[in-house]
Amino acid sequence: MGDLYVPDKKRNAGQEFITAVGRVLVSLFVPVVTFAVLWAGFIFLRDSGASQLIITLVAIIWGVGGVAALFILSNFTIQRLPVHWRKRFVPFLFVGPALIILGYYLFLPAIRSFYMSFMGKFSKDFVGLANYKYIFTDRTMRLAFLNNLEWMILGTSLSLIFGLLFALLSEKSRFEKLAKSLIFLPMAISFVGAGVIWKFIYAFRPAGEAQIGLLNALVTALGGSPVNWIVLRPWNTIFLIIILVWLQTGYAMVILSAAIKGVPVTLKEAARIDGASEWRIVFQIIIPSIKGSLVTVGTTILIVTLKVFDIVYAMTNGLFGTEVLASQQYKQMFKFLNYGRGSAIAIVILIAVIPVMWYNLKQFGKREVF
Amino acid sequence: MSKVKKRKSLNREGQSSGIAVNAVLLFLVILWTIPTFGILVTSFRVKDNVFATGWWKAFSDDSGFTLENYGQVLAGRDYKLKSDTNGNSPVKGDNMAGAFLNSISVTVPAVVIPILIAAFAAYGFAWLDFPGRRPLFILIVALLVVPLQISLIPVLRDYQKLKLNGTYLGIWLAHTGFGLPLATYLLFNYISTIPRSILESAFIDGASHFTTFVRLILPLSVPALASFAIFQFLWVWNDMLVALVFLSGAGAKMQVVTVRLLNLIGSRGQDWQLLTSGAFISMILPLTVFLALQKFFIRGLMAGSVKE
Repeated sequence: MGDLYVPDKKRNAGQEFITAVGRVLVSLFVPVVTFAVLWAGFIFLRDSGASQLIITLVAIIWGVGGVAALFILSNFTIQRLPVHWRKRFVPFLFVGPALIILGYYLFLPAIRSFYMSFMGKFSKDFVGLANYKYIFTDRTMRLAFLNNLEWMILGTSLSLIFGLLFALLSEKSRFEKLAKSLIFLPMAISFVGAGVIWKFIYAFRPAGEAQIGLLNALVTALGGSPVNWIVLRPWNTIFLIIILVWLQTGYAMVILSAAIKGVPVTLKEAARIDGASEWRIVFQIIIPSIKGSLVTVGTTILIVTLKVFDIVYAMTNGLFGTEVLASQQYKQMFKFLNYGRGSAIAIVILIAVIPVMWYNLKQFGKREVF
Repeated sequence: MSKVKKRKSLNREGQSSGIAVNAVLLFLVILWTIPTFGILVTSFRVKDNVFATGWWKAFSDDSGFTLENYGQVLAGRDYKLKSDTNGNSPVKGDNMAGAFLNSISVTVPAVVIPILIAAFAAYGFAWLDFPGRRPLFILIVALLVVPLQISLIPVLRDYQKLKLNGTYLGIWLAHTGFGLPLATYLLFNYISTIPRSILESAFIDGASHFTTFVRLILPLSVPALASFAIFQFLWVWNDMLVALVFLSGAGAKMQVVTVRLLNLIGSRGQDWQLLTSGAFISMILPLTVFLALQKFFIRGLMAGSVKE
């Protein structure tokens, strides 16, 4: 970098030389020190046996400070370049880190998974379509596909129906805010946490013992005999789907409620004056007006159900006929150590979202921002 | 709308329908709240009561409520359990406190890093001119819906070679990668609407892009940054899959709350008083953040899903 600063006027050559060397040293010294400190932090976090509290503090300072330091350092380095180089590098300072990380964590893996899906267990030998043949013919995989389809259809439609119902009801109620907050609350709960909550609802004990699960307590109070809901094929998948609906309805409600508020009041009033019933107003005015939001919410939940993993893994570990694609993929990875089959399942999940991706791109193309 | 036939004009919104609406709403809200309420009550009950009666009978318990369950779930390896018969007997704690701290170590940087990187990128896409600007942004829009399952195997294999599996850096970067498309998209939508004149006045004063971004754009974007921060916080804190895969190399030492809770389901499957208090510990922080900052969260949801 130093020779870029060779002076064009003949002044004190010696002094200029020393300044140039000094600049080079500073330009090198600052990055070296920064990287040394970051490396030391990394080693400390990896190997230290310090108490968890200290590790947490160091992790936060190191992680948050590290990313800021790297940006400042890059800027520092770029500012030391001659103007015409600087102009070229500045955009890279801004978008470069994002593009590198996205490229490595999302874009490249799609290609690598695609390649690995044609390779064997340890990605050493080419096996052609064998992995795909397996995932489309194996019995457990077929069950996983069917269950996933059930998740997508029931999970999405029930979340939409309940979300719309809550949005419509709360709009007419004085307790709108409170009701919405309570329905929305499960959004903050993890799928595993929700798993525990609902496991307790579905808890089963043999007939004669006290039922501590709410559902079985209700069943026995009504004179029925207790049911072990979680192992009850084929209905158990539906009991798991209910958990997702419980979690996602709040999201659907919030978006749809905002859309409903956007429907012109005059339209509804005019229909009412014309004697239309509330049902007709809902089905012939409100729903057609919020079609766009219904599609967005629907596709978002559809993707969640396509990738559903935590609920199944926490509730049944895929046993009792509840396997889905993501849980099968996880098992292929960690239990059977079969990277080829695991990658093939990932590719199938990716192909399933391509229509949504295409739709998003089409919508984006319509914008005039660029 | 012309399909709506003319009938007798009568306003049907009477008081009776108002009561009916509220009644149905009340019923559904109770239905939605009862599951969480049930585990909250159970987490404070004495073990023997939990197994003797349903939680809805908790308020007629003689022995009242206890914090013992939380003590045991939070504690490290050993926990002294008070009992009437043999004084203090040591039992195994579940170290939920350690997992809680670990979740914080994973979550805070995994929220800040993508926000900073995405804000820089959003500024770059909105205000800088460089070759490939449009196709690169289209790529980000396309990546919005790419399932993270696609990355697990390739990235894990690299991590194993680089010894990044089971390190904070590894999981931060993974969460950054998975959160970046949405973060960049949301922040671009916000930053690109900041009036050009504000930036130009900064450039006239001789400020560089870096200075303008740090001093002007970042402070102006706080609402959008907050929206995404809550989004990413809930996502990272509640995530289980990414933690299971990319922290697998560190074993029990680096379990986050969701993974610890999962193990609790395995090891304490029938100890409902412990499972419920463990679940509540895992939920307390996201619930607090969520209730306190709901407005920002909803704003982020709207911006992220209403793509016009």
